[in-house]
Amino acid sequence: MVNQTIAELRNVTKRFGAVTAAEGLNLAIFQGEFLSFLGPSGCGKTTALRMLAGFEQASEGDVLIDGTVVNGVPPHQRPVNMVFQQYALFPHMNVARNVAYGLNQRRPRLARADIAAKVARALDMVRLSGFTDRRIWEMSGGQQQRVALARAIVNEPKILLLDEPMAALDKKLRHDMQIELKSLQRELGITFVLVTHDQEEALSMSDRVCIMHQGRIAQIGTPEELYDQPQNRYVADFIGRSNFIAARAVGRDGERLVAEGPGGLRFVARAAEKTAGEGTVTLSLRPEEIRVAPDGAAGEGHEMRVTHRIFLGEHVEYHLRSAALDHLIAVVPRSTDIAGGTPGVGVAVRVSWRDGAALALAED
Amino acid sequence: MRLYALAVYLFLYIPIGVIALFSFNAGRHAAQFSGFSLQWYGKTLANPFVVNAVKTSFTVAVTSALLATLFGTLAAVALQGVRGRLRLFYDALVYVAVMVPGIVIGIATLIALVTVFDTLNPLLATLFGPENPIQLGLGKGSLIAAHGLFTMALVIIIVRARLQGMDRSLLEASADLGAPPMRSFVQITLPQIAPAVLAGFLLAFTFSFDDFIIAFFVAGSETTLPIYVFSSIRRGVTPEINVIGTLVLAASLLSLITAQVVMRRRSH
Repeated sequence: MVNQTIAELRNVTKRFGAVTAAEGLNLAIFQGEFLSFLGPSGCGKTTALRMLAGFEQASEGDVLIDGTVVNGVPPHQRPVNMVFQQYALFPHMNVARNVAYGLNQRRPRLARADIAAKVARALDMVRLSGFTDRRIWEMSGGQQQRVALARAIVNEPKILLLDEPMAALDKKLRHDMQIELKSLQRELGITFVLVTHDQEEALSMSDRVCIMHQGRIAQIGTPEELYDQPQNRYVADFIGRSNFIAARAVGRDGERLVAEGPGGLRFVARAAEKTAGEGTVTLSLRPEEIRVAPDGAAGEGHEMRVTHRIFLGEHVEYHLRSAALDHLIAVVPRSTDIAGGTPGVGVAVRVSWRDGAALALAED
Repeated sequence: MRLYALAVYLFLYIPIGVIALFSFNAGRHAAQFSGFSLQWYGKTLANPFVVNAVKTSFTVAVTSALLATLFGTLAAVALQGVRGRLRLFYDALVYVAVMVPGIVIGIATLIALVTVFDTLNPLLATLFGPENPIQLGLGKGSLIAAHGLFTMALVIIIVRARLQGMDRSLLEASADLGAPPMRSFVQITLPQIAPAVLAGFLLAFTFSFDDFIIAFFVAGSETTLPIYVFSSIRRGVTPEINVIGTLVLAASLLSLITAQVVMRRRSH
């Protein structure tokens, strides 16, 4: 697939008075992709979305949509549509009139029959046909959200912007909606840009995720790239969980970095691009990369003691401690849980990891 | 209900009830009830002075309420865009207008109008010649102006409350869907604040229709209904006064209740 750019942020900075909400954003959004801005509140993700919608104008830099610089272009002249967090449906209109609102703003006017047909098709897509005459307040939260979705997609926007659309839904409904949203996006082929603070939501739906941290982009990549090759400690910590171990680089082994951790523990780590071959490094070791064997089992390993054992259904989580490593978390699938019974609290175990399991991160 | 609460309500409403009751009095004495009759209603409504006063009051109330609603709504919308200290300043001005006693507004308006007229009238006389002079004076115009100004503050307060309760993202959604600002105002803001606008109009109407103090100062030779009642009461309370009182009460209550109902509806 050729990645055709539909929107672009070029060195975009946004300040509100003395507060910098977003700084130096550089990002290309591809035609037909599902991109998420992910981060905690106040990280600048909503500001980025609102600059695409036109509700905020960049203080510096350029925002491009479909190859055109749209700096200063007001929201009503941009070929994008948004699904708002609280849906922002018009309470004095019924469902059909809400959905038709965007079409009714077109000049020259569209034919009534065309509008009716498009509205019917959009409602059908979100499985709300038959709800045309309903008042907004007669509908459940999930239904309101689908009206908001229909109201946006009926305009066939170049980009559909979604501002935490699932925040107000309960957990079960949210999961169903995620799947529905993703299949809708595939069906329509419209570029979706989602803002969320829920990493599961971002990882499960997105083609690419843009992780934001304090107004800057921490990393952009596919969910797998972010999980497997985080470029900095923030991303490694934010996506999934990780054990962070301070170590000293002692040499290189091809692509791999050889590092010595506390207590002379040896790691052969994958090295993130910016990592140098010398000096101190932070190693990131995912809990599921750690093997836990009974004490006295064959093979190498580092002896540790179990301080907590948490049963998680399909997995068992161990909190481990030794003289060298203060706190290490290991997650072991239950089916491959340690032979001869699971070790309880206080039991000594043998802990090991394969070469390349750890990732060396550059110091931030 | 506690006894004292009952006493308060009785004290408040018995006189009003008595007026309504005596408006149906068959006898000609205001203090002695001698059977039900609608004769005083007939007589009152046939009195040309009463009819004229009602007409004046109605014209003034409708016109001033319309003006107050129009400009009050526009002011409320404009004030939404004002922030910080300037906003506080305007808010204070609006509340002061409501809180200043009617008598102060009456006197102040009278002095202001008379001063302006005294300055403008000689000028107008020179402009249009002394034969057929266009001269400014107190009358319906000054009544409408005074009532309109005062009730505009009421409208601003009511509409502002509604605007502040309105979800701002509705306007963003409208813009996002392609509506320019003016169309968003007509299609989204106006329907959202319509109940408050109507309620503001009804309150303004009621205030103007009932007002005596301000009208007394600025009416000139015009007679509004409250002024008529005041002047005729000096000749003793007649059953006619009871009839007028009951009618005004009914009209005011109707308007106030409508305003309340309109405000409650659609405010979820």
